[in-house]
Amino acid sequence: MRYSAWSIFKQGLTGNKGWRPAWREPEPKPSYDVIIIGGGGHGLATAYYLAKEYGVHNVAVLEKGWLGSGNIGRNTTIIRSNYLLEGNQPFYEMSLKLWEGLEQDFNYNAMVSQRGIMNLIHSDAQRDAFVRRGNAMRLSGADAVILGPQDIREKAPFLDFDNARFPIQGAIWQPRGGTVRHDAVAWGYARGADERGVDIIQNCEVTGFQMEGGTCVGVETTRGPIKAAKVAMCVAGSSSRVAEMAGMRLPIESHVLQAFVSEGLKPTIPGVITFGAGHFYVSQSDKGGLVFGGDIDGYNTYAQRGNLPVVEDVCEGGMAIMPMIGRARLLRMWGGVMDMSMDGSPFIDRTPIDGLYFNGGWCYGGFKATPASGFCYAHLLARDEPHPNATAYRLDRFRRGAMIDEKGMGNQPNLH
Amino acid sequence: MIINHPLLGPRDAAEFTVLGDASLIHRPDGLTASDEDMHYYAYLRDNPAGLHRELWYHEQGDRSWLVVTRNTLTHDIEKVELARDVARAEGRSK
Repeated sequence: MRYSAWSIFKQGLTGNKGWRPAWREPEPKPSYDVIIIGGGGHGLATAYYLAKEYGVHNVAVLEKGWLGSGNIGRNTTIIRSNYLLEGNQPFYEMSLKLWEGLEQDFNYNAMVSQRGIMNLIHSDAQRDAFVRRGNAMRLSGADAVILGPQDIREKAPFLDFDNARFPIQGAIWQPRGGTVRHDAVAWGYARGADERGVDIIQNCEVTGFQMEGGTCVGVETTRGPIKAAKVAMCVAGSSSRVAEMAGMRLPIESHVLQAFVSEGLKPTIPGVITFGAGHFYVSQSDKGGLVFGGDIDGYNTYAQRGNLPVVEDVCEGGMAIMPMIGRARLLRMWGGVMDMSMDGSPFIDRTPIDGLYFNGGWCYGGFKATPASGFCYAHLLARDEPHPNATAYRLDRFRRGAMIDEKGMGNQPNLH
Repeated sequence: MIINHPLLGPRDAAEFTVLGDASLIHRPDGLTASDEDMHYYAYLRDNPAGLHRELWYHEQGDRSWLVVTRNTLTHDIEKVELARDVARAEGRSK
């Protein structure tokens, strides 16, 4: 059933009796062309683009819990393409372009809201770096504008412009950045994939890989063995645990990132504002809550919760740049476990095991990458060669000395 | 998290910085190790769900390095040792 204003009108007149579940709940078949492990945003997007763009319909998505129960439901919903390096920026710009057409494409209201993202500048050196970044963005076809203090005062008069340590001297602004309703992304992709024949199997945990002569030929699950010509891991946050079942050791550590939301307020924040110097960023949800966060906690963890020192650090950052936030009450806070890679950049690649593919290492930036990650992973699975925009995301790049280190921190995952 | 420092007693984890897996103590000799060994040491991690031995540095305290055995599923700390004792016991000379 196609969703439209007309369908709402028609259902309204007929007692809303015609609505159907957005996807089926099929039993797993004995074999598939492609099995995707992980029913989060990236896994569902991969299934959707496999079926829609590459004509591969005999696909299963296996999800341990319920659909979208991982980081697609635990992020701060920001989309942007403001990267510097060649390996990254064309990929993220591809993602932003896909976001722009996504709702029409999969016929689902994901509330894509391009209200702009602003990264604040506090020194001459930082301005130089951001001007360079802005030029790199524009070279990739993205948009970037350098703002002066007066421009920012008009957009966000509540910031602390004359802060003694970090006075606001400007910002780099990407007008096409913004936020998206994150759960709807998972649901929209799931519905679109299901319509095209993909089996979405929830409560089905992968417990092992079936290997024959060094080739992966299927998976063992809590709902029985399933064969597949290709098995695709897509479980960022738990990548090391799943890869370990195949005997792989990854360039990844698992870390927790916390996020926070205040009580609902009237519209006040014009998009996304980031205060990198103080480890704080904020936007406002459509319900009115201020959604904000900061840095990862910094120690290895698989617990979906963090500790109080980082809560304090994030709130101090907020008070420093935006003192009025002190009047808002904190409503909820939560944590998500993420793959922190050795250079802060992700992987979309084959593994050394034939028939087994890997997508992970998204650090704290996986949400914005969802459409392009799915598209590029589908390309790799369908054609066995990387998508032109994802050629740098290889698993062996450290061995070759080809890190994609946006932050210049080296092989220290908790500093990216 | 509270880390029970072997010399100073219980200290807030916020006083420390984390380096990572305690296997980093066993750095290969850069002049003789193969590329493969250096890659394995510098870039690959076990990243277990459960008990994890890791290096913590008491930056806001006595500047000692500790090996903390911690559960990555619960954040419970099982054991805290001085890294120099661990390194010596595991055969490193200094």
